[in-house]
Amino acid sequence: MNTEEIKVIISKVGLDGHDRGAKVVATLLKEAGMEVVYLGMYQTPEGIVKAAIDEDADVIGLSYLSGEHLVYTPKVVNEIRKNGLDDVLFVVGGSFPPEDVPVMKEMGVHEVFRGGSLTESIVDFIKKNVRGKG
Amino acid sequence: MSKEGLKQNSISTVPKTTGSVPFQNLSGFDIKTSYGPEDISQLSYERDLGDPGQYPYVRGIHPDMYRGRLWTIRQLGSLGSPIQANERIRQLIQMGATGISICFDMPTIMGRDSDDPLCRGEVGSCCGVAIDTIQDMRDLLYGIPLETISVNFVSNSQSSVILGMFCAVAEERGIPLEILTGTMQNDVLKEYQAQKSYYFPPRPSLRLTMDTVTFCATRLPKFNPISISGYHIASAGANPVQELAFTLANGLTYVEEGIKAGLSVDEFAPRLSFFFKTHNDLFENVAKYRAARRIWARKMKEQFGAKNPRSCLFRVHTQTSGSALTAQQVLNNIVRTTLQALAAVLAGTQSLHTNSYDEAFSVPTPRSEKIALRTQQIIAFESGATLTADPLGGSYYIEALTDQMESECYRYFKMIEDLGGTVAAIEKGFFQREISDAAFKYQRSIETRERIIVGLSEFVEDEETEIELRVNDPEFESQKIAALREFKNNRDQQRTDGQLEEIRRVCASQENIMPTIIEAVKSGATLGECIGAMRKEFGTYSEQVIF
Amino acid sequence: MTGKLPGNHETLVQSLLSGSRRAAARMITLVENQSTYTNELMKLVYPHTGKSMVVGVTGAAGSGKSSLITHLIRKFREKGKRVGVVAVDPSSPFSGGAFLGDRIRFQAHALDEGVYIRSMSSRGYLGGLARSTSDVVRIMEAMGNDVVIVETLGAGQDEVDIIHVVQTCILVLTPNMGDDIQAMKAGIMEIADIVVLNKADLDGAVNCLRNLEATMHMAMTHKDCGWAVARVIPTVASAPKTEDLQGIDELIEAIRAHQTYLHESLVIDRIQAKRIEQELSLVFRDEVEKFIFKGLSGTGKKRQYIKGILEGRTDPYSVVEEVLSTFLRV
Repeated sequence: MNTEEIKVIISKVGLDGHDRGAKVVATLLKEAGMEVVYLGMYQTPEGIVKAAIDEDADVIGLSYLSGEHLVYTPKVVNEIRKNGLDDVLFVVGGSFPPEDVPVMKEMGVHEVFRGGSLTESIVDFIKKNVRGKG
Repeated sequence: MSKEGLKQNSISTVPKTTGSVPFQNLSGFDIKTSYGPEDISQLSYERDLGDPGQYPYVRGIHPDMYRGRLWTIRQLGSLGSPIQANERIRQLIQMGATGISICFDMPTIMGRDSDDPLCRGEVGSCCGVAIDTIQDMRDLLYGIPLETISVNFVSNSQSSVILGMFCAVAEERGIPLEILTGTMQNDVLKEYQAQKSYYFPPRPSLRLTMDTVTFCATRLPKFNPISISGYHIASAGANPVQELAFTLANGLTYVEEGIKAGLSVDEFAPRLSFFFKTHNDLFENVAKYRAARRIWARKMKEQFGAKNPRSCLFRVHTQTSGSALTAQQVLNNIVRTTLQALAAVLAGTQSLHTNSYDEAFSVPTPRSEKIALRTQQIIAFESGATLTADPLGGSYYIEALTDQMESECYRYFKMIEDLGGTVAAIEKGFFQREISDAAFKYQRSIETRERIIVGLSEFVEDEETEIELRVNDPEFESQKIAALREFKNNRDQQRTDGQLEEIRRVCASQENIMPTIIEAVKSGATLGECIGAMRKEFGTYSEQVIF
Repeated sequence: MTGKLPGNHETLVQSLLSGSRRAAARMITLVENQSTYTNELMKLVYPHTGKSMVVGVTGAAGSGKSSLITHLIRKFREKGKRVGVVAVDPSSPFSGGAFLGDRIRFQAHALDEGVYIRSMSSRGYLGGLARSTSDVVRIMEAMGNDVVIVETLGAGQDEVDIIHVVQTCILVLTPNMGDDIQAMKAGIMEIADIVVLNKADLDGAVNCLRNLEATMHMAMTHKDCGWAVARVIPTVASAPKTEDLQGIDELIEAIRAHQTYLHESLVIDRIQAKRIEQELSLVFRDEVEKFIFKGLSGTGKKRQYIKGILEGRTDPYSVVEEVLSTFLRV
C-alpha cells in the first residue's frame, strides 16, 4: 500500500493534557508521507472510533501519559469491535510500566510503543501490518 | 541511518561525535572548542556579577549559600486517598521532613469532583490525591502541625479553591492564617503555554491568581502564593533558554498584574518563587540559573523600582528532568539524575527534588525513592560542591554561557513585547509554536543520531529488567464516590447553593474571591461545584492547536 | 481504465444511497486513491446528486473557518437537516504526507449520527485537488445529506477551482491580518457570495468592517449581478461563553437568503450548469492525461520526447500535436 494512502488517527483520551508526544508523532508520521488526522485532547472512546469510521482510517494511535492506559484501552477496543473495525490497526504509545504492555496486547492493542521509541519503528510497523484497501 | 545499526548491540562501535553535531547545546548555541579570557573581556565583576548574596546575585542569593544552609530536600509523594496520603506525610515528618509536597489526581487538577462522569477511571490516578470537599482537606492535614510544617500544594487552576480549603481547615483548628507557611504552584500562564490544565480564558484566570496573591499578601504573609514554573514548559519541549525566557516573562507578567491589582511591588514580590528543571547538560543549566538571577534582579530593581532587596531575589526550586530519563536500561537514569542534581547544586538552587529511576513509566516505589534521596545526600556531604558558593564562577565557559543565555533571553522578551505581551502572545499561539518546534527538533535530532541518548539511539540492548512497581488501589474510586455522596447528603444544601451563587456574583464583580470561597467550602461546596460556578461566569477556554 | 464493478462495490453504492457512513467512508477512500473503479462508482452515484445545498467556507488559516462551521452544523441540525462536511488541507509537496487538523474543531458533533465529517488532503493528484473534492461532494450528496459544507484554505488555484463546486461561497476574513488585502488582490472577493469578518471583537474590527464594505460596493463585478454582497457580516465564532458568540444567526440568514435567491431567480440552474461544465473539464483533463501517459508508459517514448526537446530537435507543442494525432487520429 502506498504510504500516502495510509490514514492515521492520533488522539489523546480522557483528562490528560500532555500532548507533546502525540504532536511529535503526528508530525513525524506526516513527514513519513502519511495522512494524519489529529484529534487532540479530551476525546472519548466513542468520538475517536466514530472519527475512525468517517475518515476510513487504517490506524488508530493513542498517547497515554498519566496512567490511564488500562482504563481506556478496553473501552476503545470495545468501541472498535462494536463497530466492526477489527482490521484497523490499534497502536498506543507513551509512559507506562513494562508489565502493562502484554496486558494491553491481551486487551486488543496491536502494538505498544513505549517512550523512547523511534519513529522508524512506528512507521515500519504500520507499513508492514496495515490492511490493504480496495 | 541503517535500521541494523539501531538494533545491534553497538558497544564496540563508539560514535565519532560527542553526541551533538555540530557542537551545539540544546539551546542552539554554537559551543567553541575552548573558552578563554577574550570571551569574558567585557565582564565587570562589580557590575555584572557581584559577590554571592550581592546584587545582581548572579553568584547566588546568599553570601554563604550551602555553608549556611543546605538546600531543602523536598521530595514529592502522594497517594490517591486523603487518608493514605496523610499517613505517608506523617511518616515523612517523623523521619525528619520539614516540608511536604502535595500533588493532586487528574480530576482535581481538571477542577472536577470524583463523581463527575468525565472522570470515570481517573480518580486517585497516578499523580496524586483526590480532593473534593473540605472533609478531604481535613483528612489530608489531620495531625499535621501546620504551625511548623511548610506545605507545598502542586495546584494550578484549582488553586483558589485549594487555598480556600487550606485556610478553612486552619481556621477551624484555631491556627491564625498569619503563621502558615508553604507554597502554591498557582502558575496559570504556563498552563496555556505547556501543561494545558486550564479552565477559563487567560484574563479571568489571571484575575483569580491575583486574588490569591493579594489575599496572601495581607492574610498569609509567610505563604508563597506563586511558584513560577519553567519545568513544565521544558517538559513540553522547550529548550533551556526558552525555559528561561518564558518563565521569566511569565514572572514579569505576574508582577505587572500585581501592581495593577493595587499592590506595591515590595508587598508581594519577595514571596514569588520559581521552579526550574535541570536537564543533562550541566554547564548549560548552571548558566541558565545564573542568568536568571541577574535578569530578575535587574528587572525588579530597574523596571519595577523594588526597594526591598528580597524583591530582587530569584528563589528557585528544582526538579531534575523527567523527560530526559529513558524507559530503556532504567538504571542509567540514576546517573542522569545525579548529573542533573549536581547541576542544580552548582547552579545554586534553594530546594531540590530528584526523580526516581523509574520515573519514565511509573510513580516511584520506596526503593527507587530512597536512591533519589540518597543522591542528594551524597552530593551534599561527599562531593565538595557545598564548600563554597558558586564554585563555577569565573570559569570562562560558564561566564560566557551565562551572558549568552541572558542576551538570548532578552531577544525573546522583545519578541513577546512586540506581540503585545505575554497574554497576547499566548492568544496568538507564540509559546505553543516555539515549544512544539523545539520538541519536534529534539526528537528529530535523536532520530537522525545528531544527538545521542545512551540506551536509546546508541548502545541499545535487548533487556529484561526486574522492576517492582507500585500498584494502584482499584477499589478507591467507588469508595471515594460513595464518600462524596454521603458528604453531600449531610450538608445544608440551601446554604451551599447560596454560597455557589455568591461565587458567581463575586466573579462578575471586582471583589476578591478568596473570602467567598472560604465560606463556600465551609458550607460544604465541593471543588467541582466551586469551579463550575466560576465556569458559568468566566466561560471555558479552548486553544487553537498549534504545530 | 474501467472495469465491471465487483459485486461488493455495487452493494457499496446501495449502502451509500441508504445513508451508511461506512459505505460513504469507503467510497471516498476509493475515489481518493484513484481506484480503477472510480469512474464506474461515480456513474452509479451521480444520478442521486444535485439536490443538496452545497456551501463553501474559505479563508486563511486561523481565520476561524472551523469554528464557524461548527456553529453552522449546529444550526442546521437544529432544523433537522443532515450535514456532511469536507475539510480540505494541503499536503506537503515534499513528503506527500498531510496533517489534517480541522476535525478537532468539529469533534463537538462527534457523536451526532446526522453529521458526517471527512478530512481530505491534496496528495498531488494529477488532476489537481478539485477533481476528487468534486467527486467527494457528490458522494456526500448521494449519501443523503441535505447540506454539504466544503472547507478550504482559499489560497491557491486549486482552491479557486473548488469554488465552482459550491453554490454559496462564504469568505472568512479577520481584522488586522492583512488577508482582506490579500483576498482583494487574489480576486477571491469577487467570487464570494457572503463575506464574514470573524473575530469581530478584536481591536480594529470596526475600521476593517468599514473598509471591506466600501470595497464590496465597488466590486460589483460579481459572478452574477443579481446578488450583490452589500454587507459584510461580523461574527465572533469562538468565545468562552456561548452567550458571547455573535453573528451566527445573521450568517445562517444570509445563507438562506442567498439560496432562496438562487432558486427563485433560477440562477441555480446557471450555477449547476457551470458546475457540470467544470466537472466535465476536470474529468476530461484527468482522464485524458491518464490515458495518454498510460499509453506512453513502457514505450520509452516519453523519455525520448523529453530528450528531443532538451536537445533542441523539437518542442512541447510539436510533441503534443504528434501524440494527439497518434492517439486520437485527429
